[in-house]
Amino acid sequence: MPTNVEKDQVSGRETTGHEWDGIKELNTPLPSWWVYVFWVTIIWSVGYWVVYPSWPTATDYLKGTFGTTNRTQLHETMANVAAERAPYMERLAALDVSEVVNDPELLNFSMAGGKAIFADNCAPCHGTGGSGNPGFPSLQDDAWLWGGSLDAINETLHVGIRWDANEDTRLNDMPAFGRDGLLEREDISDVVQFVMGYSNRATDGDAAQRGAIVFEENCAACHGDNGKGIQELGAPNLTDAIWLYGGDQATLTDTVTNSRRGVMPAWGDRLDEETIKMLTVYVHSLGGGQ
Amino acid sequence: MSQGSMAQTAPSSAAVNYNMDVVRWGALATVFWGVIGFLVGDVLAWQLAFPALNFDIEYLNFGRLRPLHTSAVIFAFGGNALLATSFYVVQRTCRASLYGGKALPAFVFWGYQLFIVMAAIGYVTGVTQGREYAEPEWFVDLWLTIVWVCYLAVFVGTLLKRREPHIYVANWFYLAFIVTIAMLHLGNNLAIPVSLFGTKSYSMFSGVQDALTQWWYGHNAVGFFLTAGFLGMMYYFIPKRAERPVYSYRLSIIHFWALIFLYIWAGPHHLHYTALPDWAQTLGMTFSIMLWMPSWGGMINGLMTLSGAWDKLRTDPVLRFMVAAVGFYGMSTFEGPVMSIKAVNGLSHYTDWTIGHVHSGALGWVAFVSFGAIYHLIPVLWNRERLYSMRLVSHHFWLGTIGIVLYITSMWVSGIMQGLMWRAYDELGFLQYSFIETVEAMHPYYIIRATGGLLFLLGSFLMVWNVYKTIRGDLRNEAPIGTPATVAAE
Repeated sequence: MPTNVEKDQVSGRETTGHEWDGIKELNTPLPSWWVYVFWVTIIWSVGYWVVYPSWPTATDYLKGTFGTTNRTQLHETMANVAAERAPYMERLAALDVSEVVNDPELLNFSMAGGKAIFADNCAPCHGTGGSGNPGFPSLQDDAWLWGGSLDAINETLHVGIRWDANEDTRLNDMPAFGRDGLLEREDISDVVQFVMGYSNRATDGDAAQRGAIVFEENCAACHGDNGKGIQELGAPNLTDAIWLYGGDQATLTDTVTNSRRGVMPAWGDRLDEETIKMLTVYVHSLGGGQ
Repeated sequence: MSQGSMAQTAPSSAAVNYNMDVVRWGALATVFWGVIGFLVGDVLAWQLAFPALNFDIEYLNFGRLRPLHTSAVIFAFGGNALLATSFYVVQRTCRASLYGGKALPAFVFWGYQLFIVMAAIGYVTGVTQGREYAEPEWFVDLWLTIVWVCYLAVFVGTLLKRREPHIYVANWFYLAFIVTIAMLHLGNNLAIPVSLFGTKSYSMFSGVQDALTQWWYGHNAVGFFLTAGFLGMMYYFIPKRAERPVYSYRLSIIHFWALIFLYIWAGPHHLHYTALPDWAQTLGMTFSIMLWMPSWGGMINGLMTLSGAWDKLRTDPVLRFMVAAVGFYGMSTFEGPVMSIKAVNGLSHYTDWTIGHVHSGALGWVAFVSFGAIYHLIPVLWNRERLYSMRLVSHHFWLGTIGIVLYITSMWVSGIMQGLMWRAYDELGFLQYSFIETVEAMHPYYIIRATGGLLFLLGSFLMVWNVYKTIRGDLRNEAPIGTPATVAAE
């Protein structure tokens, strides 16, 4: 037994009589509140084990009297949401997109749903609220590659763009004029000057004039004689200030030389009809719906 | 034990030839790696606020620097602090020099530094197992195993040749840390190398078993490396510095065994609402709740040891560091059980709240108690009268404290906001925010966090300067803390 038990002057407690490098220990009993709270957490835990899945047994585990698991909780939550939405979804399924926008209640529902669905599926490329990114068109303006009517948007969403897995996909292919040797370097430089001339940005008038001929022979078939584009072919308007990949000389040269081949998935293969209708209504409303 | 034998083993002036070389190296390594770890951490914090700060250089990429930061602070800074203090404490409280002569402890120290360097080179060059806090590949793990076994041998060998009848509580905690880390390290790193001369290996586990093994490791690395080990540090340096007896011997026993027994079960709370079976989630959560009081036992013993010596906090910023550390320890060991509750975890998991929680423990508890121990040890180890400057310690304390407060409060706000935005539904049951909107919303808090980290880093520079000047033998001419500073001018 320790013999060096001393009385601590401050606390009035005795020490245990041990000492290490000058450090002693008091013989204070456990704080009672500490013991009580410890017991409370133990009793609470035992109670939790009774009602929720807990200890494993040899072949199974204790299921708990509440009968709930992560999975049942998830199914319950999902079923509740589905039940709340059911009346809207049934009407959405029955109506055409053009009818949906004329039903204020359904329009409101589609806008709310479309916003969430857009944020989950579309925003990564098209930007939050459809503000666009280089290579991914803004959906807030009135420049549409494949048409901005409700039906056209609905169709594009369904079949995607250059989405090989969908046989009805929106498809066009601008030739890689430089890479494939269809045009000489000088011709490309000329036609770029000509195209920049549409927005009064040509820096070399002679080149732009020569480029007019190159454009007529190589580009007009898709982009139109006046460069205003042809929506049925998905060929963009070159006369506005809106550029998908950039309208400066270097980027245009790159585009003409190597072509572009932007891809959008066919959402009809992934999302259900009602969801695509909501998306259509939302995208159409963003600013430029036609 | 007879009364006679006890009387003889009372502290005597019998000189013991302590091996302090390795403690000195460890103290310096702690300071060195600490500054590196804090620096990389703050670079990462600024990168999160301004991603362009990775300058598109692969070696500075967040994914590679992040494990460099975590390993630098946990294993390099924390590990060296534990190595140095455990070798110091076990010698002093056993009145015995380290087992293994000069060579074995030196091998442990330098072998551990080699482990750190090998691990760090792996991270920036992309050699990693991809297991959080266990990133080093198989060959580095094997090396650490050898070093760790030697560490255990030195520590246990010293305990066995002690000249005190009992083993002091600090040494129980250090021993629990060394033994459990060995077990965790071996268990979680079971892997098969692809080839004998290649760096790549594959884990023995897959799927949910893999996840559970990883978090059994991950959580107990927190429990036994960052908690038990540093409690060992606390149990020596606080009573030593306060010059008061430990508050309750009985509490130290009960909370030690309760902590050891309960902690090892708590890992599954990292896997709530995943493919982990419900029953394992329940056990992980309930054992975390039961862990609350055992954790607080250490806080009570630390704080109550101050009774009768609270006035020292006014005059001794070194003690202030350690007491504040115990305060942060109490706070984060309460927050931890709360966050393990599934309903809370559903909100907090995967958010910045977790990051804030970890840093209130890492900066507030681990780093602060280590700073206290280092400031206490440096004059002792180099036989200096006192530290170069107590006022610099005080400045370090306040820079660090303000930094931590900025860090954890910004992460609470950011994390809870993030969690709430992720689950915000409109009245029709549709999600209200896209992920990118939550990222944008966090930006200002990331700047606040990075600023807090910068203050913490600046504080550590003061420590470097103070340690350097103390070792050189300089004494700053200043009035003691608690007296008007103008006295120094006289």
